[in-house]
Amino acid sequence: MSILEDSAIELSKKIKAGEVLVTQALEAVLERIDAVENQVNSYMTIDRDQLMKKAEEIQKKIDSKELTGPFAGVPIAIKDNICTKGLLTTCSSKILSNFIPGYSAEAVLDLESAGALIIGKTNMDEFAMGSTTETSAFKTTRNPWNLDHVPGGSSGGSAAAVAAGECFAALGSDTGGSIRQPASFCGVVGMKPTYGTVSRYGLIAYGSSLDQIGPITRTVSDCAVMLELISKHDKKDATSMDRVALGHDTDFSNALIEDVKGQRIGIPKDYIGEGVDPQVRESILKAADALREKGALVEEFDLELVEYAVPAYYVIASAEASSNLSRFDGIKYGYRTPEFDGLHAMYKKTRSEGFGSEVKRRIMLGSFVLSSGFYDAYYLKALKTKALIKESFTKAFQHFDLIIGPTAPTTAPKIGESLLDPIKMYLSDIFTISVNLAGLPSISVPCGIDASGLPIGLQLIGDSFEEKKLIQAAYTYEKARGSFPSFAERNIDTYGKTI
Amino acid sequence: MAKQYEIVIGLEVHVELATKTKIFCGCTTEFGGAPNTHTCPVCTGMPGSLPVLNQQVLEYAMAVGLATNCEVTRYSKFDRKNYFYPDNPQNYQISQLYLPICRDGFVEIETPTGSKPIRIHEIHMEEDAGKLIHDEWENCTLVDYNRSGVPLIEIVSEPDMASAEEVNAYLEKLRLMIQYLGASDCKLQEGSMRADVNLSVREVGSTTLGTRTEMKNLNSFKAISRAIEGERQRQIELLEEGKQVTQETRRWDDNKEYSYSMRSKEDAQDYRYFPDPDLVPLEISEEWIARIKEGLPEFRTEKMKRYREEFDIPEYDIAIITEWKKMADLFEDTCKLCNQPKKVSNWLMVETLRLCKERELDADQISFSARNLAKLIQLTENKVINSTVAKEVFELIFDQDIDPELYIEEQGLKTVSDEGELKRVVQEIMQNNPQSVEDYQNGKEKAIGFLIGQTMKAMKGKANPESITQILKEFLS
Repeated sequence: MSILEDSAIELSKKIKAGEVLVTQALEAVLERIDAVENQVNSYMTIDRDQLMKKAEEIQKKIDSKELTGPFAGVPIAIKDNICTKGLLTTCSSKILSNFIPGYSAEAVLDLESAGALIIGKTNMDEFAMGSTTETSAFKTTRNPWNLDHVPGGSSGGSAAAVAAGECFAALGSDTGGSIRQPASFCGVVGMKPTYGTVSRYGLIAYGSSLDQIGPITRTVSDCAVMLELISKHDKKDATSMDRVALGHDTDFSNALIEDVKGQRIGIPKDYIGEGVDPQVRESILKAADALREKGALVEEFDLELVEYAVPAYYVIASAEASSNLSRFDGIKYGYRTPEFDGLHAMYKKTRSEGFGSEVKRRIMLGSFVLSSGFYDAYYLKALKTKALIKESFTKAFQHFDLIIGPTAPTTAPKIGESLLDPIKMYLSDIFTISVNLAGLPSISVPCGIDASGLPIGLQLIGDSFEEKKLIQAAYTYEKARGSFPSFAERNIDTYGKTI
Repeated sequence: MAKQYEIVIGLEVHVELATKTKIFCGCTTEFGGAPNTHTCPVCTGMPGSLPVLNQQVLEYAMAVGLATNCEVTRYSKFDRKNYFYPDNPQNYQISQLYLPICRDGFVEIETPTGSKPIRIHEIHMEEDAGKLIHDEWENCTLVDYNRSGVPLIEIVSEPDMASAEEVNAYLEKLRLMIQYLGASDCKLQEGSMRADVNLSVREVGSTTLGTRTEMKNLNSFKAISRAIEGERQRQIELLEEGKQVTQETRRWDDNKEYSYSMRSKEDAQDYRYFPDPDLVPLEISEEWIARIKEGLPEFRTEKMKRYREEFDIPEYDIAIITEWKKMADLFEDTCKLCNQPKKVSNWLMVETLRLCKERELDADQISFSARNLAKLIQLTENKVINSTVAKEVFELIFDQDIDPELYIEEQGLKTVSDEGELKRVVQEIMQNNPQSVEDYQNGKEKAIGFLIGQTMKAMKGKANPESITQILKEFLS
């Protein structure tokens, strides 16, 4: 069995035991990338020049016991909207096609100091706006389970890289489901923590009040450990929370316990109702049964206001984005149109040429809802809706420890299907979006495979700061579920076009 | 009979706060420095950077609000003002629109007809922009972000002022208060205090407001007075010609003494204000407000009142000394050491201000210590040195804060009190100047002045003039 099939924790154990060298792990990953990347297109940038040197440095620190943590020596990937010092960071947009940050995001620094080896940057929907990774200005990432299908988005490159064995774990960012949905489509684990748990410093903002960085991994254990490494109170981010001071520790690996006895779990009726693919529904109900068998009390309930989540989200996220993205103007960094006459023409041409159509759509939408005369009717109303949705969850968590449901109403659509109908694409985010509006933690765990061989994800949602409950339940479910086909098994040409 | 008009004025005053670091990052606020050296990812709007509020900015804003009788907003927020311009690296300015930090205050100003309250609508915090520099040689525009993120407060008054005098009194009142707080140096010329004038005219007796214009680019008290007069006339002429005043922003050109239209209300931008999601709302407790209140200094009005009670010095002196907090502090500290209020006041009002003028310094830039001034006063009082020497030594104290005792010792400037020595010199001078002696004895009393001067010169200034006069008179009679 190839070391590529190990989880991140298993690999790091072998490295620390001297069974595998960091350089060997790196070589295995690079070999795999060489074999499949031209089909999958997970990566935007691979840091080839520096990798061997960095691997050797990490090895030395492991040998000298300077690095002993669970991710020491593990090759990982970073979504391309998270700044990496000296390494191209494009947000998969033409407007940042030449942007090399002079600083790394706080989460990247945390992983580097834990000894993780950053292979490169992964493809994404442009500025994280999309659910398929097709809005990338540069390339279309394909789903490693079936190359005709999308990997989901916006963190599609990260999810595909983890699923294809091109890295052991990756960072994504989640504004409306951008970690969980691609994790679900690619048959891997993805988690969005409580808003304020991971520093946003160095994450190129889309919807600042909703954005969170989180892990995409092969197992729940890797996910818990990786989240633990990047969770902290960061004074450089005013929205970062001091969880420990608030009585919510971040020792997530302590929650890797197989036990859900007595846990009250709710399934919102709308989450398994109309519009949900029957195979997805069946798979979720089966997962619910598995949790029941482990002693959880599972029942259906009405989660109010779900139907308002999508419109509220698109108003709030687009409003923030319209302002967040105004700094990309051709003045200071990034793309500038080669020919122009005067300042305003430069702005117009640079931004017209630099942004793709989905980004422009959301900038226009956001500018509109913030404009004088419409602010109250749209933006303020959306904020009120957001508060009501949060309240609705708070009410639900008075009865339940956790809420479960599908991560997405369907499995991964075919490439080219979604962008034709943006409203339909927006609606497919319905189960993930409300979680961001309420600022809650949520994890997606693979729970089945549909008839066409595409993975289905089970979403578990916890109350604010209840990551440990969430991880414990996800871990218990993962154990109950049993093994899930790895990329190596899929390699045996089971699914035709699967790699 | 010609119509009688009155003017109605409201001010928007921007004050640059004297914090060491910028409002949302750790960069220095120091003026000067090579372009783009006082910058970081935050104040240059780099992708992924985030603002974090400098608490000192908030405390200064609260202090100014409390000093101007405002309500401190218990739940306050920052908003983004969106507009594209290269001096603004994010293409939005972080400011406050919906929930400014202070509201509903007033300051009392003194006018010839008594005191008058000027209401303050609000005070809000915001960041300054960078600076564009046009390079004629290369025909391009460069941007320097050193000033980007320097903290500002904007104090918005109600339209309560009716003349240039009232405007100046209001600005002077704000300047003194804010300087006393140490929240800013408030220099109009250097731009650390900037005022935009909102002005409209109406017929006397009318209760409705006329259409106002906003005037910018006013960088001295005189320019403000001229601009108000110029705009008053312009608006009255329009009305007299039966025309309308357009609501617009105008730029005052102080050289031409005329204002030019910058933009009218119709093409005013929609700034699409919304709460900045990167900054958390400010929740301000009663305890915090109480703590800031406790820390407020004694302001000028109270200080003048106390001086009248505590120090035996003329009203004129009190008015001058309390005009700068630095001066008032120095006065009090020196008095504590030497207990000679009038002497201290004289040194400050005469010599200190003279040297300030010569050195082109503001009174708040005085850097010498109370200790050395007190010593100098003691030395003069004890007749260790005479007043001429004292003035020379004071100049050195003013410039370098030298210790006068040490200096006088080292330079041998002590007044010669050895009477034998003085008598010997006086006799010598009399012998060398028989004509003057004769003149004096013939009734020309003025001739004695020449002899005193000659003696002083021979003594290298180290004699007490009274002793010389006394000895001379003795010998001459």
